[in-house]
Amino acid sequence: MPEPASDQRTGTGFGKVLVFVYGIFALSATGRSSVQLGTKASEAPVAYSLSAFAAVVYIVATYALATDRRRLAIAAVGIELVGVLTVGTTSVLFPQDYADATVWSDYGNGYGYVPLVLPFVGLWWLWHTRRHTRRSPSGGPSGAPPGTKDS
Amino acid sequence: MLVLHYVLTALCLVTVLVVVVLIIRDRAPGDAVLGLLVVIELGLVAQLVLGIVRVAGPHDGVSVATYVGYLVGSLLILPAAAFWSLSERSRGGTAVLLVGVILVPFLFLRLAEVWGTHA
Repeated sequence: MPEPASDQRTGTGFGKVLVFVYGIFALSATGRSSVQLGTKASEAPVAYSLSAFAAVVYIVATYALATDRRRLAIAAVGIELVGVLTVGTTSVLFPQDYADATVWSDYGNGYGYVPLVLPFVGLWWLWHTRRHTRRSPSGGPSGAPPGTKDS
Repeated sequence: MLVLHYVLTALCLVTVLVVVVLIIRDRAPGDAVLGLLVVIELGLVAQLVLGIVRVAGPHDGVSVATYVGYLVGSLLILPAAAFWSLSERSRGGTAVLLVGVILVPFLFLRLAEVWGTHA
């Protein structure tokens, strides 16, 4: 049975909570990487650069989800998923290559594995609130045609 | 410091219960929840002051930047949650408060960890 066209913005309802959780990770990854790069950058440059990269990804994802920019959100959450799986797997297989932990090390076990679960939840939410090509006449708040809010 | 953390954790748990009931009943949080959040936030301000005093003393290799970062960061959680929650009066909006009050005790654990691994 086809679902009714969804007019839900990505930053409303459950998305409100999701944006808040992404915001927390944006804040903590930014804080973590600034402290690491600011006080001991030479100790583990790869790990700390990855922390900074993760911070940027979380900031973009938070912004995109909050403002209903779906394509940007899918890109950011997709990169986040690839990042946590890649860094998680390599940090388990080659722990000697990581002089210090990053947000995504060991699949984010330093953060209760939330970094591992979050991109799946994010992609599910983006799929759940996806726009359908057929829209009811009462459409969106501004009556904008489908896709104008994208990217 | 430790006593303050126990008291604040208990207050957070009470707030979690209240907010869960509100989410189940689909009611908007009122003055009781706001009051609890304000009291917890005041406790976090006290934690910041006590923490700075603590880290100004002998701290035996504890990263001052990390420790103060967590102290200041913990102050931001509840105001951000309250602000973000107020922008939508719904279950989702109320659940933002839930995430915030659950997060605060975890920051106490992180603070203890940051202090403990070096002290």
